[in-house]
Amino acid sequence: MMPSAVVTDITSGDAAPAGALAALRWSATRDLRVALRTKGELGVQLLFYVIVVTLFPLATAPDRALLATLAPGVLWVAALLASLLSLQRLFAGDFADGTLEQLALSPYPLAALVSGKIAAHWLTTGLPVALLAPFLAAQYGLDDVPRYTLAAALLLGTPVLSLLGAIGAALTLGLRGGGSLLALLILPLYVPVLIFGAGAVEAVRGGLSAAPHLSLLAACLLVAVVGAPWAASSAVRIALD
Amino acid sequence: MKPTALLEAQALAAARGRATLFAGLSFRLHAGQVLVVRGPNGSGKTTLLRILAGLTAAVDGAVSWCGARVQPFDARLRRDVAYLGHAHAVKDELTAEENLRALLALAGEPATPETLRAGLAAASLDAQRDLPARALSQGQRRRIGLARLAALARPLWVLDEPTTALDDSAIAWLVHLIGAHTANGGIVVAATHQPLLTGDARVATLTLG
Repeated sequence: MMPSAVVTDITSGDAAPAGALAALRWSATRDLRVALRTKGELGVQLLFYVIVVTLFPLATAPDRALLATLAPGVLWVAALLASLLSLQRLFAGDFADGTLEQLALSPYPLAALVSGKIAAHWLTTGLPVALLAPFLAAQYGLDDVPRYTLAAALLLGTPVLSLLGAIGAALTLGLRGGGSLLALLILPLYVPVLIFGAGAVEAVRGGLSAAPHLSLLAACLLVAVVGAPWAASSAVRIALD
Repeated sequence: MKPTALLEAQALAAARGRATLFAGLSFRLHAGQVLVVRGPNGSGKTTLLRILAGLTAAVDGAVSWCGARVQPFDARLRRDVAYLGHAHAVKDELTAEENLRALLALAGEPATPETLRAGLAAASLDAQRDLPARALSQGQRRRIGLARLAALARPLWVLDEPTTALDDSAIAWLVHLIGAHTANGGIVVAATHQPLLTGDARVATLTLG
């Protein structure tokens, strides 16, 4: 009666990586499917990003040099805000409808399930933001090389935003005013990503190599990939207690 | 089903804020037994069930499953417990079938299309299979949760108000599911206000508050 073979395979030591991968795929596909059926919300986030980035050239003096200087900072800050806007909902929906309890009680490792959710969050917010950046940066008169450097920096940096943000989203679960608390908690943690990310574009504009900054961003990404899912899943368990 | 299924509570205590909900609560449930938890609102029924399911830590006391003491989110307990809470873990955006398939896969027991179809048919949801869960009533969502229970091979069922929003035929189905589960050597702990399963020798009642 008990299909114990199926279930123990997942948690027994040898098969743990397979179980973790299956868990990651399960939650990523599920969240992506849900996201694709609520396209309106995705569109609003991206539109927010596009509008914020577009407002700056309209509001400042039409000075080419000034705009090109502003561009990396503006695009990065807009990316942070766009990421923050959607982070609140990373766990809130699952918390409200009881899915989070079932995730925590699943035989799969919770950190892997949480990683899948973070991956889906990045694919639906961070990735489009990074892909749109070179086009939006054209409004600021940035040359080709800085524009593509910006996109590369965003590709490395936005997953860090999703990973760190997941910790904040899990910590503020179920709190009243969790949204503003999340911003206070997480924006300071985004500072290194912002500095290295904008720094890469500045370096290229100054004729230097972007490699040091991009390497540092990649290092941030590696640390976040290892640590954040574990921290976020611990926070999820605390929220359920 | 394992004949060794055994759920024990030793001197459990729980509190909400400073108020003690219950203390010194001990019981032992063997394979095939049902514990119905009763009590007024706020008497700690849900808290007790969440402690038994391994979602919440008790203030004092211990829970043992099959002879081993378990902490919240214990790996062994997570393979053996099926928890049905107030919320049904049903996603509005997914169809009834997708919801059931996802819930079974999450529990580590992926289902074949035939199993899914049979499960939904038993829940009288054939016609709603491809409808997004948004279009389902509360009772129909609850039926997806019950179909999940029925399809899983978990020895311990922890059910929080399982009859909420269910009609008479669904309640009869639930009683049948509990009967089949206990006949198979499973254990059920259910909090309910309904006179569920009264008069059965295998059913014990615990009144809180």
